Amino acid sequence: MSAFYFDIEKQRPRISRREAIRRAMLAASGLVLADHLSFKAYAAPRTARAKSVIQIWMWGGPSHLDIFDPKPDAGYDYCGPLKSPLETNVSGIRIGELLPLLAKQADKYSLIRSMTHGNNGHETASYIVQTGRQPGGRLVYPSVGAVVSLAKGYDAGYKGLIPPYVVLTEPQGRFDEAGFLGARYKPFATGGNPAISPFAVEGVVAPGITEEHQKNRRQLLHQLDTLGQTMPDDPQIAAATQAENMAYDMILGDGAKVFDLTQEKAELRDRYGKSKFGQSCLVARRLVERGIPYITINYGGWDTHKENFQAMRRMLPDMDKGLATLLQDLGERGLLDSTIVWWGGEFGRTPKVLWEAPWNGGRNHYGKVFSAMLAGGGFKGGQVVGTSDARGEEVKERPVYPVDLIGSIYTQLGIDPTTKLPNPDGQPMFVLPQPTDGIKSAGLLKEIMSA
Amino acid sequence: MKLRLASWTAIITRHAGLLPLALAINVFSASPFESPAGMTSQNQIDDLVFARLQELKIAPAAVCSDAVFVRRVYLDVIGTVPTATECQQFILDPNKEKRRLLIDKLLARDEFADYFAMKWGDVLRIKAEFPINLWPNAAQSYHRWVHDAIRDNRPSDQFARDLLTASGSNFENPPVNFYRAMQNRTPSGIAQTVALTWLGERAEHWPSNDLANLSVFYANVGYKATAEWKEEIVYFNPAATNAGALNGAAVKGILPDGSTVKLAPEQDPRVIFANWLVKDPQFARNLANRAWAWLLGCGIVHDPDDFRTDNPPSNPKLLAFLAKEFTSSGYDFKRLCRLILNSKTYQLASVLPGHSPAAAVNFAFYPLRRLDAEVLIDAVDQITSTNEKYASAIPEPYTFIPDNLRSIALPDGSITSAFLELFGRPSRDTGLQSERNNHITAAQKLNLLNSSLMQKKIASSRMIDFQTSPGRTPADIVNGMYLGILSRFPTPEEQHAAQEYFKKYGTSRRLPSIDLAWALMNSTEFLYRH
Repeated sequence: MSAFYFDIEKQRPRISRREAIRRAMLAASGLVLADHLSFKAYAAPRTARAKSVIQIWMWGGPSHLDIFDPKPDAGYDYCGPLKSPLETNVSGIRIGELLPLLAKQADKYSLIRSMTHGNNGHETASYIVQTGRQPGGRLVYPSVGAVVSLAKGYDAGYKGLIPPYVVLTEPQGRFDEAGFLGARYKPFATGGNPAISPFAVEGVVAPGITEEHQKNRRQLLHQLDTLGQTMPDDPQIAAATQAENMAYDMILGDGAKVFDLTQEKAELRDRYGKSKFGQSCLVARRLVERGIPYITINYGGWDTHKENFQAMRRMLPDMDKGLATLLQDLGERGLLDSTIVWWGGEFGRTPKVLWEAPWNGGRNHYGKVFSAMLAGGGFKGGQVVGTSDARGEEVKERPVYPVDLIGSIYTQLGIDPTTKLPNPDGQPMFVLPQPTDGIKSAGLLKEIMSA
Repeated sequence: MKLRLASWTAIITRHAGLLPLALAINVFSASPFESPAGMTSQNQIDDLVFARLQELKIAPAAVCSDAVFVRRVYLDVIGTVPTATECQQFILDPNKEKRRLLIDKLLARDEFADYFAMKWGDVLRIKAEFPINLWPNAAQSYHRWVHDAIRDNRPSDQFARDLLTASGSNFENPPVNFYRAMQNRTPSGIAQTVALTWLGERAEHWPSNDLANLSVFYANVGYKATAEWKEEIVYFNPAATNAGALNGAAVKGILPDGSTVKLAPEQDPRVIFANWLVKDPQFARNLANRAWAWLLGCGIVHDPDDFRTDNPPSNPKLLAFLAKEFTSSGYDFKRLCRLILNSKTYQLASVLPGHSPAAAVNFAFYPLRRLDAEVLIDAVDQITSTNEKYASAIPEPYTFIPDNLRSIALPDGSITSAFLELFGRPSRDTGLQSERNNHITAAQKLNLLNSSLMQKKIASSRMIDFQTSPGRTPADIVNGMYLGILSRFPTPEEQHAAQEYFKKYGTSRRLPSIDLAWALMNSTEFLYRH
């Protein structure tokens, strides 16, 4: 609390007595976001540690007990057949038994076992986890990717051919990721499937059309674009011409090469796994190498209401291969220090297994406590933040709210939390919520942020 | 090829005659976009617009050609491109009244209701998913109700009253969804939505007292769940905990125009507000301005939902005239559209090189606008005889989406496709008109120029099969494709350029035909209302 006030007094010369009392009352609860300026203490003084983020979005809500927060002592009704967690290469940290490769990389990542927001609806929880906000206002806030696209994309001098915010391969569709920032900050969805060769990124790679053919038909288009030629200086037409030039830079220039996975060694492609997820991880690494600031891998299938354990056995080996190889590969190339890897979904799953029909060993939505993983970009490896109780049903120690995780990511990226978000109401809005928004917070993840 | 532009001069009559202004325009070029016909005022809209242009010394564009008109009016009235046959019939029809007759015909078509229900769906936030959370059943019934009101041309005052005063189940009484389709259901949140929708004003910019005053009328909106999954009742709740001073004794309510009314505790204040609203001049101004903006791409007040004293109308007399006409017709929305569509102002060409910003906001030409996401994909699908695949993110209850459903007729903002998302379909989070984004981006160009989606649609289309059937010469193919894709015949220069392209392919008709279709569907003329 004193540090919080110290920051305010230091950075903002005057606040009214009434305001100070109001803030003190909010902060006294201990669970309400302190003034956003308190984040500034971490973000402002140093340059960015991280340049890029790879967000692995575990759409559907992955089971925390079966993945990063095993509870073998809770008994069969909680862990089902997955009762033998693996020791990792960091002593004292154990993870789910279906993740042998990730167990060998635990020194590279930190686990957060006390994520919480309490919401059990997919759409609302997706919004809370990826914006740090609560629903209910008139506006929809932008997701982390859109904010990074604003702060690190074209407006900040980004000049890359590939758009600054890419999603592999389909957008989430649960809420408008760009929120009120609008279409300019929406992710570029690649479409296609990187596990199929060639990776036909929609619009960039058109199998069967040669470069010469591309050039010929572009010439025909220009010859026949009579209306466009009558008013080349019309703002609409000028914008279209610029967009077309950018598009052809991608089609005919280097843009397409980024997505050409045949440039990678076959052995490495195998290590990532031949799954869509595994190859998406490889594409993500290639995008990071070219300076794309934000990449989301939209990884679905985790909404395991029914037959959860069969689903875990089917899907976790792909996840294990792709994610473990990604961390290792980024590390070997010296990219992990500047790349944040954020793994997580909208919530966890009910710790107590539903054995009865129609669930047949299923798990339902669980927002009270769940896990997330952070690696690289200035986040330490080999750490665990927070704990859940013996059955993974409640936060036991050190709750982490979505805004705490998001604020920490912004800090590592050097995004000033007081950066304003342009919005249709013309109101002052910032990348992080204000104390008046009443958002619950337990502070930045200082324990895993390198000094 | 460089198009010879019409060189034209505006001759302005200095004496008040029968028409306050007659503009004679000298058009001698073979422009496919402009008509050689002279400019005469068609109705009072033109008198007011041309008088304003004269004041500002701005010469307007020529009248658009018949070919441009047929495409434009189809797109603006029914959100649909005309077929080759429809274009040919219209262009060759010698009837002098053909534009007026076509307008009447289109206003009576089913797609008018589809298309305007889409526009109202944006304003009224018809969406199953987050953050509106109507859920599929309610979104469908809400959309159906709005659609039918538009089809039946229900007077707009009645339309507004029905939405503003409804109570009951969201499944059984669809207009109650007006009060459900908002994230913020506090009295002031509802008041903001009401002001935005029906007054075209941003209440959050009002003095705080005014917003508080309007909120009083929404302090007794109650919501309760039922045993039926996702059913919700909207009702008048005199005991609402947020009603504050309203409980018990009668209090007064202050309306946005400053007048006061007595609020009895047993009376639903929403009814009092709705009764006042539909008689307030701002109600008519707002809807007349929205209609104008929908048809001409720019409001007389712009943004059309941002009326403020410091954002005045570009032509106050024009707005006053439209509002008066609308009111005296008993809020007949189709009649209002008909009045606008028959004006010469609406029928001006889009070609006015080097135009100034003042020319744009004073309607000296018809502005280019990229087609709405839904209209664009429907046009592509119609021409290539293909269907778009839509999906809803909501797994249950399963939403059945017929294969041949057109995009403009989608009932629910949560039913979508990658194409619609890419091309700026509004997310329907707020009801703001600015949510719809029709600005072109590089990613959109990539999709149109080079995606497998477009490539497959063109290559598999029956149009290509028909155009390349035996006996058709390259000249026939070029004519047919221009008519089918761009709604006009090619100019001699275009015919020549296209035939030269065919020559590169020897006797093959299919490959150059695909490329020609591709080129026309990537042209400014195809992608933009013009």
